[in-house]
Amino acid sequence: MTAEPVLQVRNLDVNFATPQGAVAAVSGVSFDVRAGECLAVVGESGSGKTQVLMACLGLLASNGTARGSALFAGKELIGANERELNRVRGTGIGLLSQDPLSSLTPHLRIETLLTEGLVDRGLATRIKARQRALQALAEVDIPEPEARLRQYPHELSGGMLQRVALAAALMCSPQLLFADEPTTALDVSVQARVLELLAKVRDRGAGVLIITHDLGVVAGLADRVAVMYAGRIVETATTDGLFAAPEHPYTAALLAAVPRLHGDAQARLVGIPGDPPQPSARPPGCAFAPRCERAVDTCSESRPELTQCASRNQLGAVQGESGAATTARNAPITAVACHRPLQAAAEIA
Amino acid sequence: MVEAVFADARRQSLWGDAWQRLQRSRAAILAALLLLLVCALALVGPWLSAYTVAQVDWSQPTLATPPSFANGHWFGTDANGRDLFVRVWIGTRMSLLVAVLATLVSVVIGVAWGATAGYLGGRVDGWMMRFVDVLYALPYMFFVIILTVVFGRSLVLIFLAIGAVGWLTMARIVRGQALALRQREFVEAAIALGLSPATIIARHVVPNLLGTVIVYATLTVPQVILFESFLSFLGLGVQEPLTSLGRLVAEGALEMESSPWLLLVPSAVLAIVLLCLNFLGDGLRDALDPRQRR
Repeated sequence: MTAEPVLQVRNLDVNFATPQGAVAAVSGVSFDVRAGECLAVVGESGSGKTQVLMACLGLLASNGTARGSALFAGKELIGANERELNRVRGTGIGLLSQDPLSSLTPHLRIETLLTEGLVDRGLATRIKARQRALQALAEVDIPEPEARLRQYPHELSGGMLQRVALAAALMCSPQLLFADEPTTALDVSVQARVLELLAKVRDRGAGVLIITHDLGVVAGLADRVAVMYAGRIVETATTDGLFAAPEHPYTAALLAAVPRLHGDAQARLVGIPGDPPQPSARPPGCAFAPRCERAVDTCSESRPELTQCASRNQLGAVQGESGAATTARNAPITAVACHRPLQAAAEIA
Repeated sequence: MVEAVFADARRQSLWGDAWQRLQRSRAAILAALLLLLVCALALVGPWLSAYTVAQVDWSQPTLATPPSFANGHWFGTDANGRDLFVRVWIGTRMSLLVAVLATLVSVVIGVAWGATAGYLGGRVDGWMMRFVDVLYALPYMFFVIILTVVFGRSLVLIFLAIGAVGWLTMARIVRGQALALRQREFVEAAIALGLSPATIIARHVVPNLLGTVIVYATLTVPQVILFESFLSFLGLGVQEPLTSLGRLVAEGALEMESSPWLLLVPSAVLAIVLLCLNFLGDGLRDALDPRQRR
């Protein structure tokens, strides 16, 4: 895939000023999202996944500050003023949030919710916007779109609402879609439909950045994965590469904690001992070191930088044959922030 | 399709829901009907009697005649021999008019001010609310007296003066609600959609406040009626021969030993109006409370 990156995030820091002092929610996060590609960001609650999105859209809470760079189609989003941001919001970047019932204004009809983005900007007349809304609802497989337009959010079921919210995010045909845990509030059968629709959005050429803690979602949809832990990206890899051979012990532990249909049904799931560190009191070295089985002394002393992992290059070549998500020519196939990555260790052994 | 059936069974707007719940509250409905009756009487009452508001009935043996059906003075006459039935409904008309218009003024200013301050937050909010605090600190009576002295007495001025004082509390209430609404996800979604702050305030924030605003407005109306009565009592309000409930009560209080009906009748009407408005306000508050949804 040689497409240009739609979103280029470099060294993004997000800090929150609290009465107890500054709290670093996100530190030094860098990633690209390319057109027609789906990047998944996975991590535990509180690992800073959502704050990355919020920083890009200028939606941080008033005590939050973002530093670094986020280039969207050549425009810098970090530090941009409201007017500049409003040119990107909705039309450039769509946002699909976790809970559709709370993200759709309760007293407005679906029609208003869908059309206001276009009408308010003067991009379309009310009638044109209505036609576009019908089309958008049809795109997300909503039956009887005419009737839906007249309804209020509370009259629709959760799965339908999430599809309406997706239609709303797609009304202005954004080049990039942020999906913040879009399936967490839905039951499994509806999840699958929403994921199919997101895949459709990606296949039409938009970039999709999906945030989730469901590795099943990652496996089904994402082309590449970035694993976040304690505000940092600890590993980025192609999805197949990640599942086949995780480099970072945290990724490995995450994968081990996922139940599997195949294999030994009696096998116990392996939890990760301990809790993630508080954002205000992160250890100086690798944040995962206190919980890591493979930790050595250096781990708690110095924090490893994100480096390209040698072993994965071979693996990447193997993955390339399967046709799935080969990476751009010079981009690292995997990057990992660990003193003792798993695959490299295996090689040494 | 199950989803469609489910949706059709509940095709009901939020206001429709609220209306249904309001209908289930007997006190509120009774209050609303009584209010309607009072309003109707205030409109047509004066024409039902053979007398007019300033007309003195010299045919009676005394000037202050007690209520009687025989002579056509259903509520009696006042100390000057004027028909109290006519005067009470004229007074009610005036009191309700002042109340509704002044409340409208305070709602418009208060909602706009409070929603803007609450939504924008930060320094803007700080300055806007400090301004409200400063106005709060001024003795409002003094303020209204100065207004009436400077601009002369007129009905419009009374509406404006009372409204200008009444919006302060409304602004505070609305601002608090707007602060809370600003944190809600649908506002975040609206920002992420790229809507301008003015649109977000007008379309996503204010309509969500309306429940609170309506409730507070119904509770403001009785306050305004009392305030107007107070102004009239001081001689700053409505002028003769027009009258208001407050004036009638004040005049009645002077004669309460010799002709108690002069105090009792307007007080009763005032009490009914105030009680009904309060009951209606309570009913509306319950009906519009989103947590009460079935």
